[in-house]
Amino acid sequence: MVQYSETRLDASFAALSDATRRGVLEQLTRADASITELAEKFHMTLTGMKKHVGVLERAALVTTEKAGRVRTCRIAMRGLEEEAAWIERHRQLWSARFEELDKIVEQLKFKEKANARRKRK
Amino acid sequence: MPEGKENSPAAMNRTAVERKSDRELVVTRTFNAPAHIVFEAWSKPELFTRWWVPKSAGMSLVSCDMDVRAGGAYRFVFRHPAFDQAMAFFGTYKEVIPNKRIVWTNEESDQGAVTTVTFEEKAGKTLVTFHELYPTQAALEEALAGSAEGLPEQFAQLDELLAGR
Repeated sequence: MVQYSETRLDASFAALSDATRRGVLEQLTRADASITELAEKFHMTLTGMKKHVGVLERAALVTTEKAGRVRTCRIAMRGLEEEAAWIERHRQLWSARFEELDKIVEQLKFKEKANARRKRK
Repeated sequence: MPEGKENSPAAMNRTAVERKSDRELVVTRTFNAPAHIVFEAWSKPELFTRWWVPKSAGMSLVSCDMDVRAGGAYRFVFRHPAFDQAMAFFGTYKEVIPNKRIVWTNEESDQGAVTTVTFEEKAGKTLVTFHELYPTQAALEEALAGSAEGLPEQFAQLDELLAGR
């Protein structure tokens, strides 16, 4: 099991070590694309792009599906990545909100202490 | 960075956000104050409105009514310079237990969430748990997409704030 996930991690990092493949991944996070479209976009031969997509596919970063003569590529980890970004966006909103609440809480605490002091006098 | 924030009383209090399920959002945060103080800031309109919409969001409050008791209603009306129309948020408090718990509905549409906030005091600090339950996954996605929209500017300001510390 450990062996398997390490092998897979190695494959991911190896796949990500190439600028074109990172570009392809980035492209696929925006929209699914066929091998032909990707080849055009990256000014590459079909064979060259097929090889890159193959590496990404073996690293489980991309999945492909053939319908007729068109092989469509899509990002395999999109759900996870989107999830992480989504959580972070909302965490930042709440974080900002709660920093404001902190200020008010401090003021109320201060007021309460001042009132308690006044009562003791 | 962390040592730069040592003057902040909330330095150690991290906000955590979790998608508990497809229809649930949970936000937790600890505050350095007893529960009655945090509850007060949450249940008095004049205090609530000072923090619920962070200053950097650029929204101004037109009106704010909060009748914080079971069966009571709330209604906030906001304006944003980028929109002609004012935005109203309204609903009903379902359950109010002072210093412990507030439950309210959101009634702008039939897809509104039921929100439960609990206040748990421990050793002078209060853990706040904010829990939203939406009727469907689509309702959650839609509501929360809206709330995070227009935030980049706010994030930038927050980044500045944090970087300056």
